[in-house]
Amino acid sequence: MGLTKASTGKGAVDCFSPDGEKSAGIRIALAGNPNVGKSTVFNGLTGMHQHTGNWPGKTVTGARGNYTYRGGTYTLVDLPGCYSLMAHSAEEEVARDFICFGDAEAVVVVCDATCLERNLNLVLQIIEITSKTVVCVNLMDEAKKKKISIRANQLECLLGVPVVCTAVKMGSERNYGYTELLERVRQTIKQPKRCSMPVRYGEDLERAAGMIAETLTVLCGEKINPRWLALRLLAGDTQAVRSAEKALNADIGEIAKDALTCAYADLEAQEIARETISDRLTSAIVQRAEKVARSVVKTENESYHERDRKIDRVLTGKCGFLVMALLFLGVFWLTIVGSNYPSGWLSSFFFQTEGWIYQGLLSMGCPAIFGEIFVFGVYRMVTRVVSVMLPPMAIFFPLFTLLEDAGYLPRVAFNLDKCFQKCSACGKQALTMCIEKFKMFYLYNL
Amino acid sequence: MKESCLSKLAPGEWGVVRSLSGEAGIRQRLQDLGLIPGTHVCCLQRSPLGDPTAYAIRGAVIALREEDSVNIHLK
Repeated sequence: MGLTKASTGKGAVDCFSPDGEKSAGIRIALAGNPNVGKSTVFNGLTGMHQHTGNWPGKTVTGARGNYTYRGGTYTLVDLPGCYSLMAHSAEEEVARDFICFGDAEAVVVVCDATCLERNLNLVLQIIEITSKTVVCVNLMDEAKKKKISIRANQLECLLGVPVVCTAVKMGSERNYGYTELLERVRQTIKQPKRCSMPVRYGEDLERAAGMIAETLTVLCGEKINPRWLALRLLAGDTQAVRSAEKALNADIGEIAKDALTCAYADLEAQEIARETISDRLTSAIVQRAEKVARSVVKTENESYHERDRKIDRVLTGKCGFLVMALLFLGVFWLTIVGSNYPSGWLSSFFFQTEGWIYQGLLSMGCPAIFGEIFVFGVYRMVTRVVSVMLPPMAIFFPLFTLLEDAGYLPRVAFNLDKCFQKCSACGKQALTMCIEKFKMFYLYNL
Repeated sequence: MKESCLSKLAPGEWGVVRSLSGEAGIRQRLQDLGLIPGTHVCCLQRSPLGDPTAYAIRGAVIALREEDSVNIHLK
């Protein structure tokens, strides 16, 4: 998956760039919060026709893949998961720059149906940038389990963009909603771009934004939403403006200078300080997300929260370390003891076959010296390595994945964060440490 | 009205956000998580070593370190 010759060969580093000629199809951006199943949707749509790499000049990984639908070829660009486009981590900058200036024909935002309100923050920000957005409400099967229902039609009405519900497996149907998603994306691309205003900021800010947007309309043309750019100028988001200046090759600061000064003066006259504008804009989006979520999400069952809290009290409370130690000891013990048996079987099996292969080679007329080199040298080494290395790997990694899928690993990070802080790291590194510990022990035992 | 910050909330207690302080980057990050004035927050539990602390914010469980939660002022 992703490990194709194209993605790992000599030219791999150069060709991963969203502007590369290799991206032959219609470009679609795939955005969303972390852990919403974005990769699952990506893999489901692109299959083996994808490869991963780093975004140019950044340490953020991304993936690009192709799919065909109704005769058209589409290139899906998997953006880094982020909660918003306004904070300034590397992931957010990459995502924002690609959505705004990456010439994507449409953006698909993947959301988690079990916590829609938080995901709507990013959705609203993206719709504000481009009206050619399709919202994909994923993990519908998880929502069903937790008795959460989403009124997709109502959501579509409120957001003004297509909404598709998807799940990896809904009942007996695999890749539920994927075909509808492809169809809605295809239709969205055909539509003309329009000015979308999913969030209203109050008369004062809207007037200010309008003033600035007027001066930028010609410059932005079809490429960028002038209202969005005006709001970023008002908020003092210098990084976003700088990216826009690079993309449009114009001095936006100069062009909008007068309008901006006027706008600030106007706002100050109404006692709205410049420093508070950014906070007000963000608050308005969060409040809108809350309002929308409240009218489309119905939860019947509050008690699952209680159960999760009880479990967390055990996993992260006073006995948290004990439980953690026991769990990890259990995993390592199972790996070490459990792998002895398959290792033994594989060893004896390969030992048996050594003799047969040697005899077979001799009977085919192969000189003894070559037979010995091949069977007692090469073959023996390879099989020895396989019989010792394979069983522990085959036990440890599935066990670790089980822990990961159960959601235990964030609890580990939560417990260990303070220790890691003392080393100027953070709790997340606990996970890499587990894997490294296993590798060390493993190689030591070889 | 008693004024305090999020880091002083004990497990099981609820609070309402009044304002945020701190530099622009961390404020933006906290707001994106839903911590705007008027938001109800509940302290769920502290880590076994005391830091970070898990809070219920708009239906999600989010862990915040004390150095960040002192910036969140409650009513």
